[in-house]
Amino acid sequence: MTIGETTTTSILYLNGVSVSFDGFRAINNLSLVLEPGEMRAIIGPNGAGKTTMMDIITGKTRPDAGEVFFDGKVDLTKHDESEIAMLGIGRKFQKPTVFESHTVEDNLVLALAGPRNAIPALFHRQTKTERERIDAILQTIRLAARRSEPAAALSHGQKQWLEIGMLLAQDPKLLLVDEPVAGMTDAETEETARLLREIAQTRSVIVVEHDMQFVRELDVKVTCLHEGTVLAEGSLDQVSGDNRVIEVYLGR
Amino acid sequence: MISRFLAGGLERRINILLAILIAAAVLVPVLHLAVPASSPLHMPTYAVALFGKYLTYALLALALDLVWGFCGILSLGHAAFFALGGYAMGMYLMRQIGARGVYGNPDLPDFMVFLNWKELPWFWHGFDHFWFAMLMVMVVPGLLAFVFGWFAFRSRVTGVYLSIITQALTYALMLAFFRNNMGFGGNNGLTDFKDILGFNIQADATRSALFAASALALALGVLVTSALVRSKYGKLLIAARDAESRMRFLGYRPENIKLFAFTLSAIMAGIAGALYVPQVGIINPGEFAPANSIEVVVWTAVGGRGTIIGPIIGALMVNGGKSWFTGALPELWLFALGALFIATTLFLPKGIVGAWEGWWKQRRERDGAASVLPAGNPVESPAE
Repeated sequence: MTIGETTTTSILYLNGVSVSFDGFRAINNLSLVLEPGEMRAIIGPNGAGKTTMMDIITGKTRPDAGEVFFDGKVDLTKHDESEIAMLGIGRKFQKPTVFESHTVEDNLVLALAGPRNAIPALFHRQTKTERERIDAILQTIRLAARRSEPAAALSHGQKQWLEIGMLLAQDPKLLLVDEPVAGMTDAETEETARLLREIAQTRSVIVVEHDMQFVRELDVKVTCLHEGTVLAEGSLDQVSGDNRVIEVYLGR
Repeated sequence: MISRFLAGGLERRINILLAILIAAAVLVPVLHLAVPASSPLHMPTYAVALFGKYLTYALLALALDLVWGFCGILSLGHAAFFALGGYAMGMYLMRQIGARGVYGNPDLPDFMVFLNWKELPWFWHGFDHFWFAMLMVMVVPGLLAFVFGWFAFRSRVTGVYLSIITQALTYALMLAFFRNNMGFGGNNGLTDFKDILGFNIQADATRSALFAASALALALGVLVTSALVRSKYGKLLIAARDAESRMRFLGYRPENIKLFAFTLSAIMAGIAGALYVPQVGIINPGEFAPANSIEVVVWTAVGGRGTIIGPIIGALMVNGGKSWFTGALPELWLFALGALFIATTLFLPKGIVGAWEGWWKQRRERDGAASVLPAGNPVESPAE
């Protein structure tokens, strides 16, 4: 397959992307291709450039060099965060970020796909379809019983789920999920893996995670980043058997 | 659509507040005009003007609360929008003086004659008309807020940096308005008003009407603000306050959400200023003083930001206290104001209304728990 064909068929296409901050090369000639409907786990030691890569995809950081294409044709380096979100890329932050003083339900209401301007929001009335969609998401993220509580009252793990629920409400084509199980109990971790597999049936997903047990549960192709570039790619067993991967994780 | 939007703002406490304001708009003029001066129920002229002034302050505090309490934009320059609305009204009132000024010039206000100006500057044209002046009361502060906010929010200036530039904005305007050749009366400002809409501005009936107009303007401000914060847009305001980046990655533009509230808030402040000027009889550059904007923040904090009723209670109480204090112990007022702000920050971080709500909620929960637990209902256990 030539590069041209890959760009037009892949959901996400990064080629030769580099970015430095004050001389530090956070991302160095990074290339990555994600097929539609694919779920990919990204692993790598601290400072490998995982979060910076997400910043580049979502428009928070502009790359110094390289190409970033979404859905075969959209050049993401030409758009800002809000535009990229509207194109269909959702992002869950490393630290769960929800609207703390709003209720669980209102968090989802605000995330729900729809107009994003001030004036329509003034006159907005919730429709039956919207209510049903919210009920369904609340079931999926297991927070139906807590819908009218403020998000601030949720546990850390539940906030992570709420944020994933908000991504679902946003209805993106591609989800970027940064460390979804950080600070979760084993049971919650298992539940989250199940949730993400369910989501991945209809969307493309990139999951950044440190927790190897969790990555194993996801059972998907793994990319290992190191010093801003791809070190190894393949099944978890292949990647974790790779000598260079063992060296960056265990060596030095 | 508009009426349905406004109806969305009605809830019990707002209804009570609106009823009180409308009752005051009727009752105060009756007590002032119809009850004879010998009766203990008679409301003296100075009280009508004083309470009318407080109501315009309450509207200003409500305007600040819309952006600070609900959207987290701590504006330290809201008195600038208030003063601009006041100047627009003042210019109309100056034009109504006509040839009755000290110099008897039918075309120019006194201060322009004094400065040897030959003709009316272009920006004074149109202020002979009440409708035009009222339009400017809203357009000038609104436009300034829009342009200022457009640049500030787009550049993602937030927090203390934004507060500092709002303070700089009002300070710059104060310096500009102090200059005689700005054409707004310089140091002395605009004063010696005679008529408003053909009525003598000193007459009891006019003062009563101005009081009623202030009460009704505040009621309208309450209704609009309440409808706004209870709509989906209001939820977006709070979302922008709590997690701006989350909003951005959901596809919203927090800068636009903020800009709308900031502009509307400036318009409300302008209307408050326009009602203030005829009741106090003067507008001068001192109204732009940075300390004035900070005082508005204190009223709002004391009453309770992020609530509709809080800033109104705060404005009325602190100003009531100020009137008493500056009469009894004038040199101590600023110390008292500072102490009040520190005490509020330390002991009542959510203000009077917030503290009261917290106390009420706690009591209800305790009562609720007491009645539920003995019945053997399990405490709700989250799925963890």
